[in-house]
Amino acid sequence: MKIKRRKTEILEGDLTPMIDMTFQLIAFFMLLINFSEVDRAEEITLPTSVLAVPPEVRPDYQIILNLEPGGSVKHEGQAIEKIEFLGPIFTQQLNAAAREGVTDPAEIAVIIRSHQDTPTGLVQELISKCQESELQSFSLRVKEKVGGG
Amino acid sequence: MQMEPTEPEEIKLNMTAMIDIVFQLLVFFIMTFKVVAMEGDFNVKMPLAGDTANDMDTVLPDLIVVELIAGTNGAINSIVADGETFSDQNMYIDLTKFIEQRIAGEGNPEDAADTEVEFDIDYGLKYSFTVKAIEAVSGKVLPDGTIKKLIQKVKFKDNSN
Repeated sequence: MKIKRRKTEILEGDLTPMIDMTFQLIAFFMLLINFSEVDRAEEITLPTSVLAVPPEVRPDYQIILNLEPGGSVKHEGQAIEKIEFLGPIFTQQLNAAAREGVTDPAEIAVIIRSHQDTPTGLVQELISKCQESELQSFSLRVKEKVGGG
Repeated sequence: MQMEPTEPEEIKLNMTAMIDIVFQLLVFFIMTFKVVAMEGDFNVKMPLAGDTANDMDTVLPDLIVVELIAGTNGAINSIVADGETFSDQNMYIDLTKFIEQRIAGEGNPEDAADTEVEFDIDYGLKYSFTVKAIEAVSGKVLPDGTIKKLIQKVKFKDNSN
């Protein structure tokens, strides 16, 4: 008996719902992705507090300084070995602030993200260094502790 | 001549390349996604030395001096608030109570709002203990979960000299 060869058919599933879902997932991740990582040094463990609340209004101009236990400072991804070497960075920042219309250094917010084990004396040294550039508004950044107590 | 009706052909787009790219994008976003913990601030005002000294009319706010004394390994040993020493395990709670009493003693809430705390901190004290002290003077969480605010003006004593 002769067996008839069956014609092979290409099976095509409907990919539309999968593509729809994938696009939705991409949109979700794109909206949530945080590009400000450069401001946060991941190796710094911030102290926690139940009382610290996220700032309601973003200051007109802010300088974020990440202080490590050894005394080195990270600013916009750049590592500065000692607090004394921060002078030129502040000059640059003051000029950048002036270009954005913030001419009074007192209006510039300095956000200090210090590691929880950093000696407080180093934090004070950092504040004093900032004061040399007439910066006087400081925020000590801490991680929000959920649950209280 | 009779024209033969042509059968309409189904046009099929090749989606493979697009799906490949879309999946690559999806993998990229999944890999780079990080859940970031919320962060908050404690504000510290550190006016420059000359700012208030020249202004004779400035009324100085009520000042509470809080000393944070470090023990071994940078841990907190004791807290001295306006001469009163707290050194047991509940020292931060005691500090909050002390601040509450001081504010209650002010009577006028506006005067209380002007009260300022100046921290005199040992150089080697770990920053986490300093933050706990700032938290203790700034307020406390009530049993119902609400926050009672105490001192909002905090500054550090200049120990550079």
